Parts: sequence; C-alpha cells; structure tokens
Amino acid sequence: MTAAQWVGGLLVFAGLPFFLLGTLGLLRFPDVYTRLHALAKADNVGLGLVCIGLGIQSGSVALLLKLVLIWVLMLIASATAAGLIAGTALARGLRPWGT
Amino acid sequence: MTELYPFVALLLLLNVVVGMVRILRGPTAADRMLAAEMFATSAVVIVLLMAVVSGNLALIDVALVFALLAALASVTFVGRAWSAMADNGSAAKGENDESGDAR
Repeated sequence: MTAAQWVGGLLVFAGLPFFLLGTLGLLRFPDVYTRLHALAKADNVGLGLVCIGLGIQSGSVALLLKLVLIWVLMLIASATAAGLIAGTALARGLRPWGT
Repeated sequence: MTELYPFVALLLLLNVVVGMVRILRGPTAADRMLAAEMFATSAVVIVLLMAVVSGNLALIDVALVFALLAALASVTFVGRAWSAMADNGSAAKGENDESGDAR
C-alpha cells in the first residue's frame, strides 16, 4: 500500500467518529439550537474528512475535485439550513435552552 | 483499507437507524428535519464509500445529486412548511413546552 492509500484511509476513519458523535448529540442535546450545533459537526467535518480521504486514495485530481465539490455543496446546504431553522425557531418563540 | 469500507458503511447505516429515534420523539418539526438532514449526509457518505468499494464511479454523481437535494429539502421545509405553520396563528400559544406535536 502506498502512502496516499494510508493517508486517505486514515482520513476516512477519522471522519467516522464525527458521524457517531453527531448522532449522539442529536439524540442527547436538549433543544433544537444545540442539536443544530451537533449536526453541523457531522455535516461539515465528518463529510469533509471522508471526501478528502477518498479523493486522496483515488489518486486522481479530477476525482478529488469532484468529491470536494460534493463537500462544498453539503457545506452550503447545512449552513443555509442551520441559519434558516435557527432564525425561524427564534421567530416562532422557541427559547434557547437555559434562558 | 478499502476492504474495511463496507463495514464503515454498515456502521453509518446503524447510525441512521439510531437517529430515527429523534424523528419519533420530535418534539418540534425542526428536530425531525434535522434528523432527516443527518440521514442525507449519511446517505452521501455511504454512496461514496460504495462507489469506491464497487469501483463504479458513476455512484459519485448520485452522491452529488443527494447533496443538492439535501440543500433543497431543508430550504423547502423552512420556506414552505414551517413558516406556513407559523402564519396560521399557532405560533403564539404554547411554544416553549416540549409537549406540542405539530409545530
């Protein structure tokens, strides 16, 4: 196995805990704002590590750029969703936990 | 490394199954939408892993479509469903207890 294979594989496995902890946060956190925070970790860091890891492993620049494009799309999706959901929740009168 | 990826995909599937609990519990519609968003992210990762495992690189385009749909789904949810419910006058009463189901 080449160095790129190892680095890519390690990045993929490094991304896995973010998904597990994201689900844990989604289940355990007390309100919608804190759950947004937990979910953002899985969406942004977890997917980013997996995409970059798979891209490095593939050894092709075109494939790496395509995977990064998927990641950037999910970044835009999750940032937009988080802002919209948090703003609408505030406008609907849901108070953040502890206030 | 690559031969372990099916197990990673399986672990992510189990992760999704555990995340279903949030959809069952709610309590607000936004919580359920957050869980659905997590499913979309997991689906993208699972499809990408299966693309590498099977060597069928067309699956990467499928993951691209999933990512696009995730953006559209959440924006549509807030823009159409959730804001519309606020306009119907249900916003004023009982927003802070965890018992209301339909909000």
